[in-house]
Amino acid sequence: MRWIWIDKFLEFRSGQFARAMKNLTLAEDYLHDHYPGYPVMPASLIIEGLAQTGGILVGEAGGFAEKVVLAKIPRAEFFGVACAGDQLIYEVTLTDLRSEGAVVEAKAFLDGQLLAEAEIVFAHLDNSRANQIFGPKNFVFTQQLLGVLDLSKAQARAREQAATAPDSSNGQP
Amino acid sequence: MPIHDEIFEKVQATLVDALGVDEEDVTREATLQGDLGAESIDFLDIVFRLERNFGIKIPRGELFPENIVSDPEMIANGKLTAKGLEELKSRMPFADLSSFEANPEVEKIADLYTVDMLVQYVRSKLPA
Repeated sequence: MRWIWIDKFLEFRSGQFARAMKNLTLAEDYLHDHYPGYPVMPASLIIEGLAQTGGILVGEAGGFAEKVVLAKIPRAEFFGVACAGDQLIYEVTLTDLRSEGAVVEAKAFLDGQLLAEAEIVFAHLDNSRANQIFGPKNFVFTQQLLGVLDLSKAQARAREQAATAPDSSNGQP
Repeated sequence: MPIHDEIFEKVQATLVDALGVDEEDVTREATLQGDLGAESIDFLDIVFRLERNFGIKIPRGELFPENIVSDPEMIANGKLTAKGLEELKSRMPFADLSSFEANPEVEKIADLYTVDMLVQYVRSKLPA
């Protein structure tokens, strides 16, 4: 299993806001363990998805020059559960950004209803020191996760090109 | 209400949110780490919240100075040297060093971070 807890970015406004989607499916092993016969998304993994959405928002705001680590979750509240077949929408707003770190307000929605909200604090780590302590992999944005953002950008470009390209239907109705 | 009390109440609320402690535990004398259980990452959270709650800017390292104890000229036998003390005083003019000066052990620097130190710092940042 890959440690990527968002499927796609739906919206990305640099330094401000990101919206991502997470589809829940019975093809994912963890739903069979949590719980047998009652597959609900673990709250901790909703937090992880929100943190990945927020972490990329924070990292991108600094041009990915800094290592970003999830430092603290001062507050998290859950108002319901999400089951297999559901689609979660994660919305994250960057509220504070400084050289040492950042804070985001994060919300998860299910069918337009607020399912969870959290405040997440990220810390910036000095790149050389961070690699010594953690190695290159234990960060919010691994190459795999960044690929999700790249794919969304590529899809957006393709849509723009399709919208502006001359009609290619040869005049056929 | 005197401005000092107003600042204290806001600092108190800030620490209740940041550290998940009870309001009555946030006394003026309470140390952030020893009494209120703050960890290093909480200092970043506290800086963010103070900026937001008071509308002030806190430059990096101003409230919680960095790299003082890493300079060999500042430390000898686990204590701050005279030069180290002067440096600490100049970097933290808002902290009360009167009792620390008598026995300036490096390990006790953390005890300078009290609720009242935050109040004094915020006061120094607000317009008179």
